[in-house]
Amino acid sequence: MATYNLKINGKTKQVNVDPATPMLWVLRDHLDLSGTKYGCGIAQCGACTIHLEGVAVRSCQLPVSVVGKQAVTTIEGLSEKGDHPVQKAWLEHDVAQCGYCQSGQMMAAASLLKATPNPTDEEIESQMSGNICRCGTYLRIREAVKSAAKK
Amino acid sequence: MNNSKTTYNRRSFLKASALSGGGLLLTVTWLSGFRSADKMEALNLTEQWTEINGYIHITADNKIKLICPNPEFGQNVMTSLPMILAEELDTDWKNVSVEMGPHDNTKLGAQFTGGSNSVRMYWKPLRQAGATARQMLREAAAQTWNVPVSEVTTKAGRLSHPNGKSATYGEFAGKAATIPVPKDIPLKSPKDFTIVRKPTKNVEGTKIVTGKPLFGLDYRTEGMLIAMIQHPPAFGMKLKSFDSAEALKMPGIKDVFSIQLYADGFEQAGFDTRTFNNLLVVVGASTWEVMNARKKLVVQWEAAGDVKDTMAGRDGKREVVVPGALESSGSQMSQMQEYAKRPAQLLRKDGDPEAAFKNAAQVIERTYNAPFLAHNTMEPMNFFAHVTDEKALLVGPLQAPGWIEPTLTKLLGLPADKIEIQMTRMGGGFGRRAYGHYLSEAALISKKVKAPVKLIYTREDDMTYGIYRPMYTATYRAALDAEKNLIAFHVKGGGIPEHPIHANRFPAGAVDNYLAEGWQIPSNITIGAFRAPRSNFNAAAEQSFLDEVAEAAGKDPIEFRLQLLKRAKENPVGKNNEYDPGRYAGVLELLREKSNWNKPGNEKYNRGVAAYFCHNSYAAHVVDMVTRDGQPYVERVFSAMDCGIVVNPDAARNMVQGAVVDGIGNAFYGALTHKDGVAQQNNFHNYRMIRNNEAPKSVEVHFVENDIDPTGLGEPPFPPVFGAVANALYKNKGKRFYNQPFQPEIEKAM
Repeated sequence: MATYNLKINGKTKQVNVDPATPMLWVLRDHLDLSGTKYGCGIAQCGACTIHLEGVAVRSCQLPVSVVGKQAVTTIEGLSEKGDHPVQKAWLEHDVAQCGYCQSGQMMAAASLLKATPNPTDEEIESQMSGNICRCGTYLRIREAVKSAAKK
Repeated sequence: MNNSKTTYNRRSFLKASALSGGGLLLTVTWLSGFRSADKMEALNLTEQWTEINGYIHITADNKIKLICPNPEFGQNVMTSLPMILAEELDTDWKNVSVEMGPHDNTKLGAQFTGGSNSVRMYWKPLRQAGATARQMLREAAAQTWNVPVSEVTTKAGRLSHPNGKSATYGEFAGKAATIPVPKDIPLKSPKDFTIVRKPTKNVEGTKIVTGKPLFGLDYRTEGMLIAMIQHPPAFGMKLKSFDSAEALKMPGIKDVFSIQLYADGFEQAGFDTRTFNNLLVVVGASTWEVMNARKKLVVQWEAAGDVKDTMAGRDGKREVVVPGALESSGSQMSQMQEYAKRPAQLLRKDGDPEAAFKNAAQVIERTYNAPFLAHNTMEPMNFFAHVTDEKALLVGPLQAPGWIEPTLTKLLGLPADKIEIQMTRMGGGFGRRAYGHYLSEAALISKKVKAPVKLIYTREDDMTYGIYRPMYTATYRAALDAEKNLIAFHVKGGGIPEHPIHANRFPAGAVDNYLAEGWQIPSNITIGAFRAPRSNFNAAAEQSFLDEVAEAAGKDPIEFRLQLLKRAKENPVGKNNEYDPGRYAGVLELLREKSNWNKPGNEKYNRGVAAYFCHNSYAAHVVDMVTRDGQPYVERVFSAMDCGIVVNPDAARNMVQGAVVDGIGNAFYGALTHKDGVAQQNNFHNYRMIRNNEAPKSVEVHFVENDIDPTGLGEPPFPPVFGAVANALYKNKGKRFYNQPFQPEIEKAM
């Protein structure tokens, strides 16, 4: 066990956990930030996507010990009032069916748009292909990413 | 998640009743009549809610809360069911809030999410609930204003009278609850709908996009422990012994033990299906710690041998032997081929099929195969349980609380009124969460450790546990006469462990000589409902076969089907035909028009068409395939649906588009195979799921417009996707594909 002072959603949070604990479980079990979802635990589905210094990473493969001073952003901290362009676009297109994968989808989309503010259709499709949606909302996800890019 | 303020449950109700005093509590048992009590029910300690009936609650300052009876798993019932209530209540949709109801079958009906039944089953009761509440509000206003009730009108949540009097519903809610419940209140004509048929956003949309704890896996309470089960590595194995010494030394671990889910002779109900009975359980403080400790278990497994299960049935209990063999996909296929040759159960016979086949000018015979499929809901199975000697609280994702409660009463020795089940939003269901073994497991674990516990399945646990879509095969035969007319049709289908055949569906009723037969092979691999059970295979096989028969007959595939449907409509063969040939033809005609079928401009596409009837609705798709990077790719899809009145058109389109994507994915990639009883796929690295860049560029959805009471939509668009994909693939590859999934077959052919 070790103590970590983590920068999460703009605040410093202290946890005392096994250094190998993935950020996914630190967030969910120790910090009560359950917007980040468990889907596969092997970086195949993208449900656990968070931002590390603004870049999308799979939190199920990110041990707490390597985070250090890097800023972590989760869906709860993507915006203060739920009005990040991606969140607004997701509502505008009413993307979700079950909704379970969508926080990971939105974190992937926000990261994509930060790096590529005006992505092509191909860029959207390939960048968003790391995130599985079992309900099959991919068409609306693409439309929402395009809308968010315009905002 | 703190549910004490936001969730309407029995405890908060009792407390609130004691606090509130005065007024009248109207406890609605909507489907079985009304019952009055003498206290006003307040649902939330900070608000004084008047319960007009089980589904409608109003505060004096005109907050309106509508209760969704059915669990939400992405089919959007938390929006569409309250829309139906709000329509007849005649309130402003902007003014309502929606809550998931507690498990209370007396008050809220069947509360079963599945079978594409939510909107269909609740359409009338919710309209009646809304209309009756509106009438009670009008009566209350009329009495107060001393005017005839017929002169009190409503609009968008306001009551008014021509004399100038006007009030919100809230002002009369308390009085309305004292009005005797009127009967036979007329319902709106569909032409007067202002909410139903209007595109309406998901009521939980904001919570979803801000990551609020909506799902079972997100639910937490103070002192909650985490539990995981180590199940045997193979179907047909069971726990022999274990050494927990190392696991118990791991940080955070509280206990390691084995429990028996069902005692010997336990009478299992239809949805009590479980794969493994002796469960090795690790309980600890956090998920990661339990995952790690579980790896330290030293376990001996042994062959389970044949297992005798006791099943409850209509005619009393019966014994079922579950065979103990360790099965492999190859041997399963050989076994199916062997069974297919044997005599089978007769399911339907019209005319004289034997003679017709004997006298045919041409006979076409084809066999179709499909593997087990895992549901792979994005949220794996999990449930919270807190069981004490007096009562049990269970919270989490499930489709049918009413089905598991009787089982829990038996397992826990508690009466039903001491078992409280709360349904969270589900991260997908697709049928999987109709099987509540994971609630039973969670409850028994909580009882054993005497603490609140969350049972969590890892993805690997979830995918390898069983309860799959069955493995199916079917052989179809068609007889054509010298003029290429279809004179006989024969299907003989089987599966492990159930056959897929719906004997009374198209083309039954359209062919003079018709024969349907089924057979099944017992297995220890457990199965369950998977989005449009059986239909999802039948539509693939039968719709591919009809495409081939149409081609042999020299007919356009849509025209060929329409001619058969015309026959079924004008002069139906046999009895008990399940479908309406007119509505079936209707979706094909709409699809033909909207897809510009056989019209210029579509030359770049390999087009495949299929249609199907199931769950009381009609669906048809045209799949437009291209070759992209050497691989067949469905670029564009046209869909036509007839599900009667479409309650929420935008969400309905989302549902159909999702079903199309899901269908394409499962048709190309879906498969769960076994080797010596071991599931060969255990996570998303070896169970291929369709990805964003593999989904079509467009899925254009069209609904037949009519005023027929709504029927299902979650399942019906899914099955025909498989057939349309197969038929497009034939155009793309120049050969027919008979075995799902198609991708390995395509690669073999390359």
